[in-house]
Amino acid sequence: MAVKPGKGGGTGYALTTLESLIAWGRKYSLYPFTFATACCGIEVMGAFGTHYDLSRFGAEVVRFSPRQADVLLVAGTINYKMAPVLKRIYDQMLEPKWVISMGACASSGGFYNNYTVLQGIDKIIPVDAYIPGCPPNPEGIIDAVVQIQKIIETGAPRAAERWPIK
Amino acid sequence: MSVVLDRLRERFPSDVVSTHSDFGDDTALVRRERVVEILTFLRDNPDLLFDFAMDLTGVDYLGEEPRFEVVYHLYSLERKRRVRIKVRLHEDDPVIDTAVAVWPGIDWYEREAWDMYGIVFRGHPNLKRILMYEGFEGHPLRKDYPKARRQPTIGPEE
Repeated sequence: MAVKPGKGGGTGYALTTLESLIAWGRKYSLYPFTFATACCGIEVMGAFGTHYDLSRFGAEVVRFSPRQADVLLVAGTINYKMAPVLKRIYDQMLEPKWVISMGACASSGGFYNNYTVLQGIDKIIPVDAYIPGCPPNPEGIIDAVVQIQKIIETGAPRAAERWPIK
Repeated sequence: MSVVLDRLRERFPSDVVSTHSDFGDDTALVRRERVVEILTFLRDNPDLLFDFAMDLTGVDYLGEEPRFEVVYHLYSLERKRRVRIKVRLHEDDPVIDTAVAVWPGIDWYEREAWDMYGIVFRGHPNLKRILMYEGFEGHPLRKDYPKARRQPTIGPEE
Protein backbone atom coordinates (compact mmCIF):
# COMPACT_ATOMS: atom_id res chain seq x y z
CA MET A 1 0.00 0.00 0.00
CA ALA A 2 1.22 3.48 -0.82
CA VAL A 3 0.24 6.16 1.71
CA LYS A 4 0.50 9.85 0.87
CA PRO A 5 0.22 12.12 3.92
CA GLY A 6 -1.48 15.48 3.41
CA LYS A 7 0.47 18.75 3.72
CA GLY A 8 0.41 20.49 7.08
CA GLY A 9 -1.07 17.51 8.91
CA GLY A 10 -4.23 17.41 6.75
CA THR A 11 -5.94 14.27 5.52
CA GLY A 12 -4.10 12.33 2.83
CA TYR A 13 -4.99 9.32 0.72
CA ALA A 14 -3.87 5.75 0.21
CA LEU A 15 -3.56 3.73 -2.97
CA THR A 16 -4.11 0.00 -2.85
CA THR A 17 -5.99 -2.90 -4.39
CA LEU A 18 -9.14 -4.32 -2.86
CA GLU A 19 -7.46 -7.69 -2.35
CA SER A 20 -4.56 -6.30 -0.36
CA LEU A 21 -6.90 -4.10 1.70
CA ILE A 22 -9.00 -7.12 2.65
CA ALA A 23 -5.84 -9.13 3.36
CA TRP A 24 -4.56 -6.30 5.56
CA GLY A 25 -7.80 -6.33 7.53
CA ARG A 26 -7.86 -10.10 7.82
CA LYS A 27 -4.30 -10.50 8.97
CA TYR A 28 -4.79 -8.29 12.03
CA SER A 29 -8.14 -9.79 13.07
CA LEU A 30 -7.57 -13.54 13.16
CA TYR A 31 -10.06 -15.15 15.52
CA PRO A 32 -8.56 -18.36 16.88
CA PHE A 33 -10.48 -21.42 18.00
CA THR A 34 -8.37 -23.32 20.51
CA PHE A 35 -8.73 -27.09 20.40
CA ALA A 36 -6.61 -27.80 23.46
CA THR A 37 -6.43 -31.41 24.59
CA ALA A 38 -3.11 -31.61 26.47
CA CYS A 39 -0.25 -29.63 28.02
CA CYS A 40 0.02 -27.49 24.87
CA GLY A 41 -3.23 -25.88 26.00
CA ILE A 42 -1.43 -24.43 29.03
CA GLU A 43 1.12 -22.79 26.75
CA VAL A 44 -1.75 -21.37 24.67
CA MET A 45 -3.07 -19.71 27.82
CA GLY A 46 0.40 -18.28 28.37
CA ALA A 47 0.44 -16.90 24.84
CA PHE A 48 -2.88 -15.10 25.38
CA GLY A 49 -1.74 -13.74 28.75
CA THR A 50 -0.16 -10.38 29.46
CA HIS A 51 3.47 -11.50 29.23
CA TYR A 52 3.46 -12.74 25.63
CA ASP A 53 0.27 -10.89 24.68
CA LEU A 54 -0.91 -12.38 21.40
CA SER A 55 -3.24 -9.40 20.99
CA ARG A 56 -0.26 -7.46 19.64
CA PHE A 57 -0.83 -9.51 16.49
CA GLY A 58 -4.60 -9.05 16.51
CA ALA A 59 -5.30 -12.68 17.37
CA GLU A 60 -6.51 -12.45 20.94
CA VAL A 61 -10.28 -12.75 20.47
CA VAL A 62 -10.79 -16.44 21.17
CA ARG A 63 -14.00 -17.77 19.66
CA PHE A 64 -15.48 -20.82 21.27
CA SER A 65 -17.76 -21.41 18.33
CA PRO A 66 -16.07 -22.77 15.20
CA ARG A 67 -18.57 -20.80 13.10
CA GLN A 68 -17.01 -17.51 14.21
CA ALA A 69 -13.35 -18.55 14.05
CA ASP A 70 -10.69 -18.10 11.34
CA VAL A 71 -7.83 -20.13 12.78
CA LEU A 72 -8.08 -23.60 14.26
CA LEU A 73 -5.31 -23.98 16.84
CA VAL A 74 -4.94 -27.70 17.53
CA ALA A 75 -2.94 -27.93 20.75
CA GLY A 76 -2.39 -31.42 22.06
CA THR A 77 -2.76 -35.14 21.52
CA ILE A 78 -5.55 -36.22 19.18
CA ASN A 79 -6.59 -39.85 19.57
CA TYR A 80 -8.72 -41.87 17.19
CA LYS A 81 -11.80 -41.33 19.30
CA MET A 82 -11.32 -37.54 19.18
CA ALA A 83 -10.46 -37.44 15.48
CA PRO A 84 -14.10 -37.32 14.20
CA VAL A 85 -14.81 -34.45 16.61
CA LEU A 86 -11.84 -32.46 15.28
CA LYS A 87 -12.87 -33.15 11.69
CA ARG A 88 -16.40 -31.98 12.37
CA ILE A 89 -15.22 -28.78 14.04
CA TYR A 90 -12.96 -28.08 11.06
CA ASP A 91 -15.89 -28.67 8.71
CA GLN A 92 -18.04 -26.23 10.69
CA MET A 93 -15.59 -23.35 10.27
CA LEU A 94 -16.34 -20.84 7.53
CA GLU A 95 -13.99 -20.13 4.63
CA PRO A 96 -11.35 -18.83 4.54
CA LYS A 97 -9.85 -20.82 7.39
CA TRP A 98 -6.37 -21.75 8.52
CA VAL A 99 -5.06 -24.51 10.76
CA ILE A 100 -2.12 -24.43 13.17
CA SER A 101 -0.82 -27.77 14.42
CA MET A 102 0.85 -27.10 17.73
CA GLY A 103 3.38 -29.45 19.30
CA ALA A 104 4.77 -32.89 18.57
CA CYS A 105 1.53 -34.77 19.32
CA ALA A 106 -0.73 -32.85 16.97
CA SER A 107 1.92 -32.76 14.24
CA SER A 108 3.04 -36.38 14.28
CA GLY A 109 1.59 -38.28 17.23
CA GLY A 110 4.66 -37.37 19.28
CA PHE A 111 5.96 -40.16 21.47
CA TYR A 112 2.52 -41.81 21.48
CA ASN A 113 3.33 -44.32 18.75
CA ASN A 114 0.51 -46.68 19.70
CA TYR A 115 -2.92 -48.03 18.85
CA THR A 116 -4.90 -45.08 20.13
CA VAL A 117 -3.25 -41.84 18.96
CA LEU A 118 -3.71 -40.30 15.53
CA GLN A 119 -0.24 -40.00 13.95
CA GLY A 120 -0.55 -36.33 13.01
CA ILE A 121 -3.71 -34.30 12.41
CA ASP A 122 -2.67 -33.79 8.76
CA LYS A 123 -4.01 -37.31 8.23
CA ILE A 124 -7.53 -35.87 8.48
CA ILE A 125 -7.35 -32.06 7.99
CA PRO A 126 -5.02 -29.73 6.04
CA VAL A 127 -2.45 -27.88 8.18
CA ASP A 128 -0.98 -24.46 7.33
CA ALA A 129 1.60 -24.06 10.09
CA TYR A 130 3.34 -26.54 12.35
CA ILE A 131 4.91 -25.61 15.68
CA PRO A 132 7.67 -27.92 16.92
CA GLY A 133 8.20 -28.58 20.61
CA CYS A 134 6.80 -30.62 23.46
CA PRO A 135 5.19 -28.36 24.47
CA PRO A 136 6.30 -25.35 22.39
CA ASN A 137 6.67 -22.12 24.31
CA PRO A 138 4.32 -19.20 23.59
CA GLU A 139 6.86 -17.67 21.20
CA GLY A 140 6.19 -20.67 18.96
CA ILE A 141 2.51 -19.77 18.83
CA ILE A 142 3.35 -16.16 17.99
CA ASP A 143 5.65 -17.41 15.22
CA ALA A 144 2.86 -19.56 13.77
CA VAL A 145 0.40 -16.65 13.84
CA VAL A 146 2.96 -14.50 12.00
CA GLN A 147 3.35 -17.32 9.46
CA ILE A 148 -0.42 -17.30 8.91
CA GLN A 149 -0.31 -13.50 8.55
CA LYS A 150 2.37 -13.89 5.86
CA ILE A 151 0.21 -16.43 4.00
CA ILE A 152 -2.67 -13.94 4.06
CA GLU A 153 -0.50 -10.96 3.10
CA THR A 154 1.17 -12.64 0.14
CA GLY A 155 -1.93 -14.44 -1.06
CA ALA A 156 -0.09 -17.77 -0.90
CA PRO A 157 -2.35 -20.82 -1.28
CA ARG A 158 -3.78 -22.24 1.92
CA ALA A 159 -3.14 -25.87 2.79
CA ALA A 160 -6.82 -26.59 2.12
CA GLU A 161 -6.29 -25.66 -1.54
CA ARG A 162 -3.58 -28.32 -1.85
CA TRP A 163 -5.71 -30.95 -0.08
CA PRO A 164 -5.61 -33.89 -0.03
CA ILE A 165 -1.85 -34.33 -0.37
CA LYS A 166 -1.20 -37.11 -2.84
CA MET B 1 -1.30 -65.30 58.71
CA SER B 2 -3.85 -62.67 57.97
CA VAL B 3 -7.44 -62.62 59.17
CA VAL B 4 -8.81 -62.05 55.68
CA LEU B 5 -7.16 -65.07 54.09
CA ASP B 6 -8.00 -67.29 57.11
CA ARG B 7 -11.67 -66.40 56.88
CA LEU B 8 -11.62 -66.98 53.15
CA ARG B 9 -10.00 -70.42 53.43
CA GLU B 10 -12.34 -71.49 56.24
CA ARG B 11 -15.42 -70.58 54.26
CA PHE B 12 -14.29 -71.73 50.78
CA PRO B 13 -11.73 -74.52 51.35
CA SER B 14 -12.09 -76.02 47.89
CA ASP B 15 -12.29 -72.78 45.89
CA VAL B 16 -9.17 -71.02 47.14
CA VAL B 17 -6.30 -72.34 45.03
CA SER B 18 -3.44 -70.54 46.76
CA THR B 19 -2.76 -67.52 48.95
CA HIS B 20 0.19 -65.42 49.97
CA SER B 21 0.89 -62.33 52.06
CA ASP B 22 4.18 -61.19 50.54
CA PHE B 23 5.21 -57.77 51.86
CA GLY B 24 1.93 -57.65 53.78
CA ASP B 25 -0.19 -57.72 50.62
CA ASP B 26 -2.88 -60.33 51.13
CA THR B 27 -3.59 -62.12 47.87
CA ALA B 28 -5.77 -65.09 47.04
CA LEU B 29 -6.04 -67.04 43.80
CA VAL B 30 -9.55 -68.50 43.54
CA ARG B 31 -11.52 -70.60 41.06
CA ARG B 32 -13.91 -68.72 38.83
CA GLU B 33 -17.00 -70.88 39.40
CA ARG B 34 -18.01 -69.31 42.73
CA VAL B 35 -16.26 -65.95 42.40
CA VAL B 36 -19.42 -63.87 42.93
CA GLU B 37 -20.19 -65.85 46.05
CA ILE B 38 -16.67 -65.27 47.34
CA LEU B 39 -16.83 -61.54 46.63
CA THR B 40 -20.24 -61.26 48.32
CA PHE B 41 -18.80 -63.06 51.35
CA LEU B 42 -15.88 -60.61 51.48
CA ARG B 43 -18.29 -57.69 51.35
CA ASP B 44 -20.77 -58.97 53.94
CA ASN B 45 -18.74 -60.89 56.53
CA PRO B 46 -18.70 -58.70 59.70
CA ASP B 47 -14.96 -59.34 60.19
CA LEU B 48 -14.05 -58.30 56.66
CA LEU B 49 -16.56 -55.75 55.25
CA PHE B 50 -14.81 -55.08 51.93
CA ASP B 51 -17.23 -52.38 50.89
CA PHE B 52 -15.02 -50.65 48.33
CA ALA B 53 -13.97 -52.24 45.02
CA MET B 54 -11.00 -50.02 44.23
CA ASP B 55 -10.04 -51.53 40.91
CA LEU B 56 -10.43 -54.45 38.57
CA THR B 57 -7.72 -55.21 36.04
CA GLY B 58 -6.95 -57.85 33.49
CA VAL B 59 -3.59 -59.50 32.88
CA ASP B 60 -2.43 -61.36 29.78
CA TYR B 61 0.15 -64.08 30.46
CA LEU B 62 0.70 -64.96 26.82
CA GLY B 63 2.24 -68.42 26.47
CA GLU B 64 0.96 -69.64 29.83
CA GLU B 65 -2.16 -71.66 30.40
CA PRO B 66 -4.54 -70.39 31.70
CA ARG B 67 -3.68 -67.28 29.75
CA PHE B 68 -5.77 -64.50 31.32
CA GLU B 69 -6.14 -63.30 34.85
CA VAL B 70 -8.70 -60.97 36.45
CA VAL B 71 -7.56 -59.13 39.58
CA TYR B 72 -9.97 -57.53 42.06
CA HIS B 73 -8.44 -54.91 44.35
CA LEU B 74 -10.66 -54.54 47.39
CA TYR B 75 -10.52 -52.18 50.34
CA SER B 76 -12.45 -52.11 53.58
CA LEU B 77 -13.22 -48.57 54.70
CA GLU B 78 -14.50 -50.07 57.96
CA ARG B 79 -11.50 -52.28 58.82
CA LYS B 80 -8.82 -50.39 56.84
CA ARG B 81 -7.66 -53.57 55.08
CA ARG B 82 -6.84 -54.44 51.51
CA VAL B 83 -6.99 -57.72 49.61
CA ARG B 84 -6.39 -58.88 46.06
CA ILE B 85 -8.53 -61.64 44.58
CA LYS B 86 -7.17 -63.23 41.41
CA VAL B 87 -8.97 -65.53 38.97
CA ARG B 88 -7.31 -67.32 36.05
CA LEU B 89 -9.22 -67.75 32.78
CA HIS B 90 -8.48 -69.99 29.80
CA GLU B 91 -7.86 -68.45 26.38
CA ASP B 92 -10.63 -70.36 24.61
CA ASP B 93 -13.19 -69.47 27.30
CA PRO B 94 -12.34 -66.05 28.85
CA VAL B 95 -15.68 -65.75 30.64
CA ILE B 96 -16.35 -64.81 34.26
CA ASP B 97 -19.50 -63.82 36.14
CA THR B 98 -20.06 -60.09 36.60
CA ALA B 99 -19.66 -58.51 40.04
CA VAL B 100 -21.93 -55.55 39.29
CA ALA B 101 -24.53 -56.96 41.67
CA VAL B 102 -21.93 -56.91 44.48
CA TRP B 103 -20.50 -53.43 43.85
CA PRO B 104 -22.33 -51.31 41.25
CA GLY B 105 -19.16 -49.22 40.78
CA ILE B 106 -17.28 -52.15 39.26
CA ASP B 107 -19.37 -51.74 36.10
CA TRP B 108 -16.87 -49.55 34.19
CA TYR B 109 -13.83 -51.54 35.32
CA GLU B 110 -15.37 -54.64 33.81
CA ARG B 111 -16.09 -52.76 30.61
CA GLU B 112 -12.44 -51.66 30.51
CA ALA B 113 -11.23 -55.24 30.99
CA TRP B 114 -13.53 -56.31 28.14
CA ASP B 115 -12.29 -53.48 25.91
CA MET B 116 -8.59 -54.02 26.55
CA TYR B 117 -8.37 -57.81 27.02
CA GLY B 118 -11.59 -59.28 25.64
CA ILE B 119 -12.62 -60.81 28.95
CA VAL B 120 -16.37 -61.46 28.92
CA PHE B 121 -18.31 -60.65 32.09
CA ARG B 122 -21.39 -62.84 32.01
CA GLY B 123 -24.55 -61.01 33.08
CA HIS B 124 -23.06 -57.52 32.78
CA PRO B 125 -25.85 -54.98 32.10
CA ASN B 126 -23.98 -53.01 29.41
CA LEU B 127 -20.85 -54.80 28.24
CA LYS B 128 -19.47 -52.59 25.45
CA ARG B 129 -16.25 -50.71 24.79
CA ILE B 130 -15.44 -47.85 27.14
CA LEU B 131 -12.07 -46.45 25.96
CA MET B 132 -11.82 -47.41 22.29
CA TYR B 133 -14.43 -46.47 19.70
CA GLU B 134 -17.20 -48.79 18.56
CA GLY B 135 -15.62 -49.67 15.23
CA PHE B 136 -12.32 -50.76 16.77
CA GLU B 137 -11.37 -54.38 16.11
CA GLY B 138 -9.48 -56.53 18.59
CA HIS B 139 -8.32 -55.91 22.15
CA PRO B 140 -5.22 -53.70 22.22
CA LEU B 141 -3.64 -54.70 25.55
CA ARG B 142 -3.46 -58.35 24.59
CA LYS B 143 0.19 -59.25 24.17
CA ASP B 144 -0.40 -60.59 20.67
CA TYR B 145 -1.96 -57.34 19.41
CA PRO B 146 0.60 -56.00 16.88
CA LYS B 147 2.33 -52.87 18.19
CA ALA B 148 2.39 -51.16 14.82
CA ARG B 149 -1.17 -52.02 13.80
CA ARG B 150 -3.22 -48.98 12.80
CA GLN B 151 -6.95 -49.11 12.20
CA PRO B 152 -8.96 -46.93 9.80
CA THR B 153 -9.92 -43.52 11.17
CA ILE B 154 -13.66 -43.29 11.66
CA GLY B 155 -15.11 -40.08 10.21
CA PRO B 156 -17.98 -38.02 11.63
CA GLU B 157 -21.14 -40.04 11.18
CA GLU B 158 -23.35 -38.53 8.48
